[in-house]
Amino acid sequence: MAAPRMMQGNEACAAGAIAAGCRFFGGYPITPSTDIAEYMARELPRVGGVFIQMEDEIAGIAAVIGASLGGAKAMTATSGPGFSLMQENIGYAAMTEVPCVIVNVMRLGPSTGRPTSPSQGDVMQARWGSHGDHPIIALSPASVLETFELTVRAFNLSERYRTPVIVLVDEVVGHMREKVTLPRSEDVKAIDRIRPSEPPEWYKPYGSSPNDVPPLASFGSGYRYHVTGLHHDSAGFPTDRVDEVEPWARRIFRKIKGSVNHIAQYETDGVEDARTIVVAYGSVARAASEAIRVARSRRRKVGLLRLKTLWPFPTRVIGQVCREARRVIVPEMNLGQIAIEVERIAGDRKVRRVNRIDGEMITPQQILDAMEAK
Amino acid sequence: MSQPVDRFEVRLAGSGGQGLILAGLILAEAVAIFDDRNATQTQSYGPEARGGASRSEIVISDGEIHYPKVISADVLLAMSQEACDKYFYGLKPDGLLVVDSGLIERVPSSRAVEAPITRIAQETTGRAISANIVALGLIGGLTGVVSRQALQRAVTARVPEGTVDMNLKAMVAGWEKALEIIERGGVGPD
Repeated sequence: MAAPRMMQGNEACAAGAIAAGCRFFGGYPITPSTDIAEYMARELPRVGGVFIQMEDEIAGIAAVIGASLGGAKAMTATSGPGFSLMQENIGYAAMTEVPCVIVNVMRLGPSTGRPTSPSQGDVMQARWGSHGDHPIIALSPASVLETFELTVRAFNLSERYRTPVIVLVDEVVGHMREKVTLPRSEDVKAIDRIRPSEPPEWYKPYGSSPNDVPPLASFGSGYRYHVTGLHHDSAGFPTDRVDEVEPWARRIFRKIKGSVNHIAQYETDGVEDARTIVVAYGSVARAASEAIRVARSRRRKVGLLRLKTLWPFPTRVIGQVCREARRVIVPEMNLGQIAIEVERIAGDRKVRRVNRIDGEMITPQQILDAMEAK
Repeated sequence: MSQPVDRFEVRLAGSGGQGLILAGLILAEAVAIFDDRNATQTQSYGPEARGGASRSEIVISDGEIHYPKVISADVLLAMSQEACDKYFYGLKPDGLLVVDSGLIERVPSSRAVEAPITRIAQETTGRAISANIVALGLIGGLTGVVSRQALQRAVTARVPEGTVDMNLKAMVAGWEKALEIIERGGVGPD
């Protein structure tokens, strides 16, 4: 273990990316994510990586996809307005099954909004922001150390499942400084994509494979194949054949949804005998922890389910903990983007929303009030 | 709301450009790394590079810190009238209000510590910009929440290259001012 130090969530994100093997960053600076680009601009060249500031966010994610096809682990980092610009190419990465990591340090929107204020307003945009049915993975850290860990995990998931992975940090976590002891890079477990072992003339970039994730050849490694945003056949060439289009779409959903138990991570605190369950994520989960500490000192039976993975949605665990509880509280710095999902699963359990869209963090008192309300 | 006993909250509030976010980082690092306790630091500021409201919040504890923002402050440093007016009511009833008497005309409490922080910076270092570090010395000396040595080390580690000596002087001036205020019996105008 290295020595403890004060570190910002954004710095920990960039450090995690490099520890995971990221060697390319393409993007455009935007508050409150800029510290990530600054860190990568400084540190990537030292480890043989490449940092490019592109002309805008559209080009940023395009460069990331290109770098990944060239064999590099690649990322970009942005905030709401830039995330909106990236949506089309995020869909392109899903369609072409190119591993990449997109960090969105969420600020208050819509539009330019309040650039320096926290929000969790992009949860549904992460899920459905790009057009067309496609699966997505999105992670949400609650501390500086967890920002490091989940950024590493984002790379590992993107490599393993050949998919774009989104890290939804909120401004509180991104800018917050905490004492952390990061693992040494040799202790970080980094997963690399599977590359083809067959000769180039047999290679099918979108062929069938036992785990629904075909190997990915790097451009320039002797494998010639076609990459397009059009629906494509197993060789990557455009196709209109319905017996190729739908099976492909089913497969890319299967590879994520079929592994939801591996992908979806969460933490529970005292949910077993709780009458009230708080479901929270990101910095808001810390307000929830504080509220729960106070409520327990008043002998209330309250528990916390903290989501580290937002997409694919951890339906099973939500169902389990809601079944035993009388009341479920979902605090969010938006108007209920995860609450909708919880309500869908909670059945006739009362789901109480605690929302804030003024650019300030939800307080423990707000959550306590929801616990005490009739 | 009942607070954990082991939780000490500091809010530094003023205008963008006064260095309050850096000051918050230095205080948090002094406590967490050099005094080996626990601290979080968060910030809130406007989109302007200078001017506009700016605040930095430090939560100090020996245990785990869940909520990283101020619930009700033990210490409020006000470096502008606006910040003083806005955050005074977020101070605990027995909390400590420290104001820069050169910047604040209307002090909302007779129990405030009023010190000419920016003037002390100007006189000690010739640079008004070191007022943030004077304020840190002042808060450290008044509250004892950070050791003098730890604060010194954190200032040395975090201020821009070439300004370490100037800022250490500023810190000492603030700390000495605190001791003088305590000696005098505490609060009120200088």
